[in-house]
Amino acid sequence: MKYIDEFRDGRLAGQLAAAIAAEVDPGRSYNLMEFCGGHTHAISRYGVADLLPPVVRMVHGPGCPVCVLPIGRVDLGVALALEHRVVLCTYGDCLRVPASNGLSLLKAKARGGDVRMVYSPADALKVAQAEPGREVVFFAIGFETTTPPTALVIQQAARLGLKNFSVVCNHVLTPAAITNILESPEVRRLGTLPLDGFIGPAHVSTIIGSRPYEFFAEEYRKPVVIAGFEPLDVMQAILMLVRQINEGRAEVENEFTRAVTRDGNLKAQALVSEVFELRRSFEWRGLGVVPYSALRIREAYRAFDAESRFGLQAKTVADNKACECGAILRGVKHPRDCKVFGTVCTPENPIGSCMVSSEGACAAYYSYGRFREIPVVAV
Amino acid sequence: MCLAIPVRVVELSSASMAVVDLDGIRKEISLALVDGVQVGDYVIMHVGYALARLDREEAERTLALFAAVPAGGA
Amino acid sequence: MSGVRADYVRPLDIKHGRVDLSHGAGGRAMAQLVEQLFAAAFHNEWLAQRNDQALLPRPEGRIVMSTDCHVVSPLFFPGGDIGCLSVHGTINDVAMAGARPLYLAAGFILEEGFALADLKRIVDSMAGAACEAGVPIVTGDTKVVEAGKGDGVFITTTGVGVVPSGITISGDRARPGDRIVLSGTVGDHGMAVMSQRESLAFGTDLRSDTAALHGLVAAMIDAVPEVRVLRDPTRGGLATTLNEIAAQSGVGMVIEEAAVPVQRQVQAACEFLGLDPLYVANEGKLVAIVPADRAERLLQTMRAHPLGRQAAPIGEVIEDAHHFVQMRTRFGGKRNVDWLAGDQLPRIC
Repeated sequence: MKYIDEFRDGRLAGQLAAAIAAEVDPGRSYNLMEFCGGHTHAISRYGVADLLPPVVRMVHGPGCPVCVLPIGRVDLGVALALEHRVVLCTYGDCLRVPASNGLSLLKAKARGGDVRMVYSPADALKVAQAEPGREVVFFAIGFETTTPPTALVIQQAARLGLKNFSVVCNHVLTPAAITNILESPEVRRLGTLPLDGFIGPAHVSTIIGSRPYEFFAEEYRKPVVIAGFEPLDVMQAILMLVRQINEGRAEVENEFTRAVTRDGNLKAQALVSEVFELRRSFEWRGLGVVPYSALRIREAYRAFDAESRFGLQAKTVADNKACECGAILRGVKHPRDCKVFGTVCTPENPIGSCMVSSEGACAAYYSYGRFREIPVVAV
Repeated sequence: MCLAIPVRVVELSSASMAVVDLDGIRKEISLALVDGVQVGDYVIMHVGYALARLDREEAERTLALFAAVPAGGA
Repeated sequence: MSGVRADYVRPLDIKHGRVDLSHGAGGRAMAQLVEQLFAAAFHNEWLAQRNDQALLPRPEGRIVMSTDCHVVSPLFFPGGDIGCLSVHGTINDVAMAGARPLYLAAGFILEEGFALADLKRIVDSMAGAACEAGVPIVTGDTKVVEAGKGDGVFITTTGVGVVPSGITISGDRARPGDRIVLSGTVGDHGMAVMSQRESLAFGTDLRSDTAALHGLVAAMIDAVPEVRVLRDPTRGGLATTLNEIAAQSGVGMVIEEAAVPVQRQVQAACEFLGLDPLYVANEGKLVAIVPADRAERLLQTMRAHPLGRQAAPIGEVIEDAHHFVQMRTRFGGKRNVDWLAGDQLPRIC
């Protein structure tokens, strides 16, 4: 596959690994956070950790929109399906997220809820057009990458004058989450952030550009390298971060130049601000309440806002006390440090947000990396 | 966190839709977020929408960067 | 005087007719359905006797029996349908014990309203598959459920076969040092079926790999009777099958990603939907575990057979108290290939 396979070349991986090993200062540690769940997934799925020197520690961040979706928001979807009897259209990622009362969207389907998996928000719109007698609701999740498509279908629904289509908007924002991490209580307590640099999200950046990260680099004096999703991209970004750290620089660099520019996709950005506005605050699972971190549908498009159409109010549902996701999402603890990791909390039975999606820190580590801790007679 | 892949545009099917191809798999997606896409271009596709055009020169430059890394470091 | 024959019975309207509740009621309508649709397609000496059971000669050897329920949706997909799938699936389960399949039984649960034309297509496909495989369907049953209580048709097939003497093949026989061999490309069936699913649909010429593997198995155990394990990686894919065997045998495994054959279109389709080909269903492939010194011979034998042309050695069995299946990725690093937590779902994140 063009522009995919070349970026997975194992031979070049070896070269990059050697370069990183040669350039790290063995006397210090490099704690690098990959913000984005897709990077967490790539690192785990390709075993990138095997190719890094031990002084480079990858810390998995909260950039997984499924992981940070609060239980109370999933409950809205369940209620829409079971109580309001709508056709609830959702991405596959949300189907198994455990909600309250032992339910999930998949379990709601088993109880007779009309829950349908879609590949694209356009498909949800098609369902609304095909079934004018039913209320159709699209359960929208995602960071800035996924928001413009939702904006488009809302505009299309308005143009078509659809009376039976609405959206539950759970879209969240990357810069707000990064700020939250940089300002976490551990920082105040320890006086220092246990992170030396960030790998910036790939596809979020195609939309928002590299400009928004300049603030973090300046304000917090931490380097940011925006990286593509393939493992070679990640390794190149790690090399670039190592160099910045060694040279005492704190700049925004772009490794993913084939898809990311400084300005980003201005057309998509304009579209999003036409349809959405900032929520003053939003609860993130694992991070708590974060100000100006999420979007809601503007007044002009209120007719397509499922929360107002159905009078929905999301309740706060606390996570299990033993769950360490909050600390893990901030890079302060490792999944291993959680008492319930791998025993009570597994991908089959996720207790907290980091285990809920395959790219959550705990799920990725459990599925792909458990063998590292347990000595195996390897070949 | 966002599964998006580079795909090749093989046909412009209407004002804002295109058929794209990835190694023989075809899908019709929306071009509403990206202007000026031509047949033969590569776009980054996410949930059935093109997010950006892939800059092929930059892609080659990046690959060259990987290959140029000296095995023993700077 | 009427020109109609005295013994005239109105034939089943296969072109336009639909299944109704009378077809499962045991009366004349059902007899007609069995006679004109099922028995006509599956015709053999046992069905010709019109009994509720088949009287079979005692086979020589240890008897193997297996049963499979088929609920695939859509019923018709590129490369096959629920009919031939149900024949191949049970033949393969019997064959994975090293047995030669002898007879099949087939049970149908039909939904009221199901088009007879579609039923005929499915039954003809089953008949063709059974005939090609040389394994007759000797007995069966049909029931009809009310509209809304079935997915068109559910099929259950049961097969019996015999194992040649000297052959012991079982999931608990893998030993450290053994080699793991795969008969061909993975992910074909699952992605071909997925390409037809509403909303996920994509344009492709991918076809299901559904096939009866007993001929391949017979050739394999004839050349290499020391084969320890055979299994076909159906639901849950290769990864699930390897984990099952590792757990059953109390061993670990290490496989090479680059060695697992995957068609380019399957890889691309998986990229589209965020799926891993290792977990996608196959219906015409098998995994064999064999002592290291017999691996080359086994590969030669498999590659000489039409269903094993792309047979490849993909890894080996090791000692591991945790029964992990590990994989060296194409990229160079290692990772676990874990059990699936439920069906793999397409993702956007």
